[in-house]
Amino acid sequence: MGRVTAAPSPPHRDPRLLGLVALGGAVGSGLRYAVAAALPGEAGTWPWATFAVNVVGAFLLGWLLEAIAMRGPETFGLRRLRLFAGTGVLGGFTTYSSLALEAERLAAHGSWPTALAYGAATLGVGTVAAMLGVAAGRSTPPSTLGRLLRGGTR
Amino acid sequence: MSGLLSVVLVGVGGGVGAAARFWVADTIKARRPSGFPWGTWIVNVAGSLAIGLVTGWLLLGGSGEHWRLLLATGLCGGFTTFSTASVETATLLQAGRVRLAVAQAVSTLLVTVAAVVAGIAVVGLLAR
Repeated sequence: MGRVTAAPSPPHRDPRLLGLVALGGAVGSGLRYAVAAALPGEAGTWPWATFAVNVVGAFLLGWLLEAIAMRGPETFGLRRLRLFAGTGVLGGFTTYSSLALEAERLAAHGSWPTALAYGAATLGVGTVAAMLGVAAGRSTPPSTLGRLLRGGTR
Repeated sequence: MSGLLSVVLVGVGGGVGAAARFWVADTIKARRPSGFPWGTWIVNVAGSLAIGLVTGWLLLGGSGEHWRLLLATGLCGGFTTFSTASVETATLLQAGRVRLAVAQAVSTLLVTVAAVVAGIAVVGLLAR
């Protein structure tokens, strides 16, 4: 834009970037709700919807952050992509409060083994998914993010 | 309740929650730089306490599917995040900081569940 700016304020104090994260968070949370509506669970059974969104979201965030980091110093466009798609969409798509609440509810219904298995499996599979995502991001051609940038954040 | 209203309630809560998470977590990171990802840890524990309080209130018979969607699924769901916590665990592991990674992952799960229990219990005590 050719505008001369003073030292920029930190991203989390910039109202436009906060708005971008809010927009992404609304989209991600709505998607999480759609998955929950498609995979309804009975009380006392394995919460497949939250398990699925958390594992998929961990993979995608690992991929996104690594693919962005591989492009070198973060440009404004890359920063907007990271904040909208990463902090916003994927941050809102995945959830820790539902994971903790579901583990507590399983235990409260007497399903201690399921509660324990659910917590441990989410942590284990989620961490492996994030590591696989990072590995995938490392081998992603730069043009892929270029397409996302042109299509996604204007 | 209509499907559209449900999605709007979740989306509004989730949008506000995500922006609040961004602000809180990055403020913590800026003020207290650390090898341990405190920003995400604190956000997840605080959001779990909040979902415990909301759930405790709903369990008392507080009317409401629309409140659950706005506050629990939306606000607390968007405020807390599993993906960032997982990538932080993966990053610590790949840096060879295995004990810190295990401490971060396990303590987040245990303390968030304890926070949910505490939130539900507090509402139960207040209501007596």
